[in-house]
Amino acid sequence: MDDSRADDGVRIVAFCCHFCAFTAADTAGTMRLQYPTNLRIVRVPCTGRVDITMILHAFCEGADGVIVAGCEEGSCHFTRGNLRASKRVKRARELLREAGVDPQRLEMYHVAAAQGPLFAASAREFIKRVEDLQLVEGGKAQT
Amino acid sequence: MITAQRKPFDEIYRSASRHRKILVLGCGSCMTVCMAGGETEVLTLSQQLELAARERGDQLQIRMRTITRQCDREFFDDETARLVFESEAVISMACGVGVQFCAERFLGATVYPALNTQFYGATVQPGVWAERCVGCGECILESTGGICPVARCAKTLLNGPCGGSQDGKCEVNDQQDCAWQLIFDRLKASERIAFFAKIRAPKDWSRSGNGGPRTIVREDVTLQ
Repeated sequence: MDDSRADDGVRIVAFCCHFCAFTAADTAGTMRLQYPTNLRIVRVPCTGRVDITMILHAFCEGADGVIVAGCEEGSCHFTRGNLRASKRVKRARELLREAGVDPQRLEMYHVAAAQGPLFAASAREFIKRVEDLQLVEGGKAQT
Repeated sequence: MITAQRKPFDEIYRSASRHRKILVLGCGSCMTVCMAGGETEVLTLSQQLELAARERGDQLQIRMRTITRQCDREFFDDETARLVFESEAVISMACGVGVQFCAERFLGATVYPALNTQFYGATVQPGVWAERCVGCGECILESTGGICPVARCAKTLLNGPCGGSQDGKCEVNDQQDCAWQLIFDRLKASERIAFFAKIRAPKDWSRSGNGGPRTIVREDVTLQ
């Protein structure tokens, strides 16, 4: 992963489905909504494409947090891809916990294509969460 | 196939963290099909070990390889041998057979099991595996409609259900179908119900594992 940190901040990888979350990110841009630049978006055809190893790979390569963002429940372009992704995210959180990584660093969001404001708000909320975790864990490491 | 489940991560990490260079060795046959120790699981475990080592400040160099089978000598090729000898320990994601055979093949190497081997089973639906055979050494499936009471009846009964069979479910585990109910239904559907009335003599259990480890010898294919 690129070592350059946006604003020296946390690095977040966001796997966004082409049909909803990625379009929502695009909508957020069109609406000129602001959210921190820490997000690196990876467009996937469906969140059902996101494998657990892809999530862990992001962490191994230095991501401080990972978002999987797909369609709202019941509106997946591929019927159940987002539901499968939810199950994998749940499992990946368990694997992260076992490895000693706070599972709160991984989150699944469901965002419809028109919900630019929700995408921006979710990004802000998650980035803030990871920043707070960095502070807490950094504090622990120093004591 | 043989089925298995991964050991708790802490147990694997305790073994791995005694060393600085490890090889995570997967098995491309049964353990791939039951999604316990194939290429994907090797990658997942290696990623977890890498993250755990980073979190704990341990030095751990991890290499990965998956071979077709760990229970056959010919699949331990030169590249695998090189990786084993360059590593301080092997975390084997094979079944118990593969782990033992790997240790036999590389005498002197430290081989740790990453899985708990479970049973001979089938994939009944994606993500669900069920026991179907115990390797008893004397198959009786021809008279039970292709459903094994030795493996699938909690009491290993050979002559019909016990008194605890209720609504087609087992009294030991009410989530499990009663094997003898399944056998009855199958025989009835295939008009072979006469088999149900047949009294089976006690099985020859000496052919099962009770007499110690078993060996099969085929003289026509041995090299000596």
